[in-house]
Amino acid sequence: MRYIDFVNINFLFHSNFFPILEFILRVGFFFSANSLKLLTKNHKKEYGLKQLYIFGKKAYMNNILVTKEVTKHFGKHIALHNVSLEIPRNSIYGLLGPNGAGKTTLIRIINQITHPDKGSVFFDGEKLKAEHIAQIGYLPEERGLYKSMKVGEQALYLAQLKGLSKSEAKKRLKFWFERLEIGNWWDKKIQELSKGMAQKIQFIVTVLHEPKLLIFDEPFSGFDPINANIIKDEILKLKEKGTSIIFSTHRMESVEELCEYIALIHKSQKILDGKLSDIKKAYKNNVYKIGMQVLNGEALLGELSGKFKISASDYNTVEQQLDFTMQFPGKETGEILSYLASKGNINSFVETIPSANEIFIKTVQSKNNNE
Amino acid sequence: MNKLFLIIKREYIAKVRNKSFVVMTFLSPILMVGMGVLIAYLTKINDNEKSIVALLNESDYFSNEFLTTEGTSFIHFNEINLEAAKDSTLKMGYSGLLYIPKESNLEQVVARSFFYSEKSPNTSLISRLELVFRDRLREKRLQNLGVSTKDFSALKVNYAINTATFNGKQNVKGINEIKAVIGGAFGYLIMMFIIIYGGFVMRSVIEEKTSRIIEIIISSVKPFQLMLGKILGTSLAGITQFIIWILLGSLLMLIALFFLDIEFSALQNGAELAASINTAIPTVDQTMQVYAQELLDIPWFTLISFFIIYFLLGYLIYSSIYAAIGAAVDNETDTQQFIFPIILPLMLAIYVGFFSVFSNPHGPIAVGFSIFPLTSPIVMLMRLPSGIGEGGVPLWQLLTSILLLIITFIGIVWLASKIYRVGILMYGKKPTYKEIFNWLKY
Repeated sequence: MRYIDFVNINFLFHSNFFPILEFILRVGFFFSANSLKLLTKNHKKEYGLKQLYIFGKKAYMNNILVTKEVTKHFGKHIALHNVSLEIPRNSIYGLLGPNGAGKTTLIRIINQITHPDKGSVFFDGEKLKAEHIAQIGYLPEERGLYKSMKVGEQALYLAQLKGLSKSEAKKRLKFWFERLEIGNWWDKKIQELSKGMAQKIQFIVTVLHEPKLLIFDEPFSGFDPINANIIKDEILKLKEKGTSIIFSTHRMESVEELCEYIALIHKSQKILDGKLSDIKKAYKNNVYKIGMQVLNGEALLGELSGKFKISASDYNTVEQQLDFTMQFPGKETGEILSYLASKGNINSFVETIPSANEIFIKTVQSKNNNE
Repeated sequence: MNKLFLIIKREYIAKVRNKSFVVMTFLSPILMVGMGVLIAYLTKINDNEKSIVALLNESDYFSNEFLTTEGTSFIHFNEINLEAAKDSTLKMGYSGLLYIPKESNLEQVVARSFFYSEKSPNTSLISRLELVFRDRLREKRLQNLGVSTKDFSALKVNYAINTATFNGKQNVKGINEIKAVIGGAFGYLIMMFIIIYGGFVMRSVIEEKTSRIIEIIISSVKPFQLMLGKILGTSLAGITQFIIWILLGSLLMLIALFFLDIEFSALQNGAELAASINTAIPTVDQTMQVYAQELLDIPWFTLISFFIIYFLLGYLIYSSIYAAIGAAVDNETDTQQFIFPIILPLMLAIYVGFFSVFSNPHGPIAVGFSIFPLTSPIVMLMRLPSGIGEGGVPLWQLLTSILLLIITFIGIVWLASKIYRVGILMYGKKPTYKEIFNWLKY
């Protein structure tokens, strides 16, 4: 009996029932909003509904993509639990998390490959719908190409599937093939090319239709450092042109270089998100790297380690150079510094900002410990 | 719609350009016709080889009963003993030696007669010899009862019953079998098509999965569109191949007939044989006329229209199951476990068709299997040559079967597309039936 119920419910999801319902609600909303506007036109105050509307619109105007409490189950397994994200326009947004955290599921929901059980996704100010597929470019982590098909033909096919006309697709492909210096591959088959070469073609196919939003899932895997750099530069150029980019990875060094915003997903929940620089500020804990010229470094080090947390210390007896990292008890540094200055000659004093990698590990570990 | 067309086009071109597909398309008819010609040729050689039997007859009861026939000739030995006869038979390389001893009465003669041969003897030769003895024995016993030899030969009869339907139309024996064979051919065609091209669909899905292109594609099109496009594209390639097979096959067959002149003589022999058997009742011409009439009376238009309906529905049902299987597994070796349950109803349909429908086209088993949706495309087509309505398939059965088939089609395609949608993104281990069932809930 349960099975029968589930069949019926799912059928509703896949039939036209919901789009029709949505349409009716939208039409209703449109008319009621307009009539409200008419009603309130004579009043100086604009309230309630309209303000909410403006607020909402503003949030959607600044963000290319908004997810609201997106939840997805696979049988008993919860892949995503109430994940809400705001991805600003024209930025590179890092979607980070350990393997199996739910990043790929979220990306698949954005690409409408799977559908959320609960929650909603807004693209470019509108509720996500089938037409948006042409506005999104997706380079999946598990990617490949037809082995026995010619490079040019399959690039053309994939571009046409994204909605480009054949002639337009051909023109753009020629351009990109020239640009990435692979012009002579048109008639080759994928099985004749190396993995890195195939990756270049996949990259071209992803960006060819000039989407508003690009999603890269582990884009650098399989590239040698030289080609990885070429692709990184291309991604940055696309961003300059106004494309918004979601960048999913667990390789932190590239996050550091590229992303302005990040979200950390762990065990199907979002545990951290925001501007990378803000997050870093929040995560720094008064740790400084100090280098000084001192006569008896070991003695000083022994004295300090009694009071403070010292790490990575090194004393060069010949040069009488002492380098160490120390956590200060508070934001105030003056007192300790002047004490240190009385002991020797300080030649470097730098605040250590945690790397994305450290933040990642720290957050995930503290989350694990809390459970 | 446009995307669907793109997918169909790609699938079609990918399939048609595939080297092994091209080779199979052109090689198969050549092989088939070549095999046919070879078999015909070998049969002819085999038939042409006459067996020569040496005959040592010491008895008075047999004189000229052993006549040289098409396949056998007899060499009569006289006035030598058995051992010498055996020796010379062996030396001359004859097929064997038939020894009939001299005894006081026929019963004794028959009981002591022997057939000697180097190898174990050819069964058709043995039965021919036995027939001679049996006839002679019967003749003798009838003589003892007072029937003369002349009367005995007058007693030889050959009879086949005349059959007709109640409205007086004359029937020919075996026409039901011929009709069933025609229906069976259609049913068999459907089964072959499903197994060959369903497998193609499955392999094509597996290829997309193993080459990891699948996720790139389904970020542009709906999985259902991809599945449908794949099935349609592969089927069009299959239909192209079938048409080439039929055209090329018939062309080659004609050439073979023309140049080798094998089948013609075989056919003529067959006709003569039939003529010699059937001398008693309506003349051959009449029989052939009735056959021709019956064949013309087969509702070809209905048969072909329903063939198309059953073919399309049946093929789409099975190929979407194949697509779902392809999506569920990672490589072809894992498919066996899942393929068996779908081959089973197909095989059942063919066997039930050939055994049950042949003997009784409208019996309960034939009716049941022609309504059950997974077997109906094959079994119903075997029943249809006898027409619809009176004397044929009742209309309600036909309509029920098609209705059930359509409902099953919708249900199976819906289920298969759900399995497909989940399966194409699952890599790693081979799923169990339970896991696949759970996918339906995703």
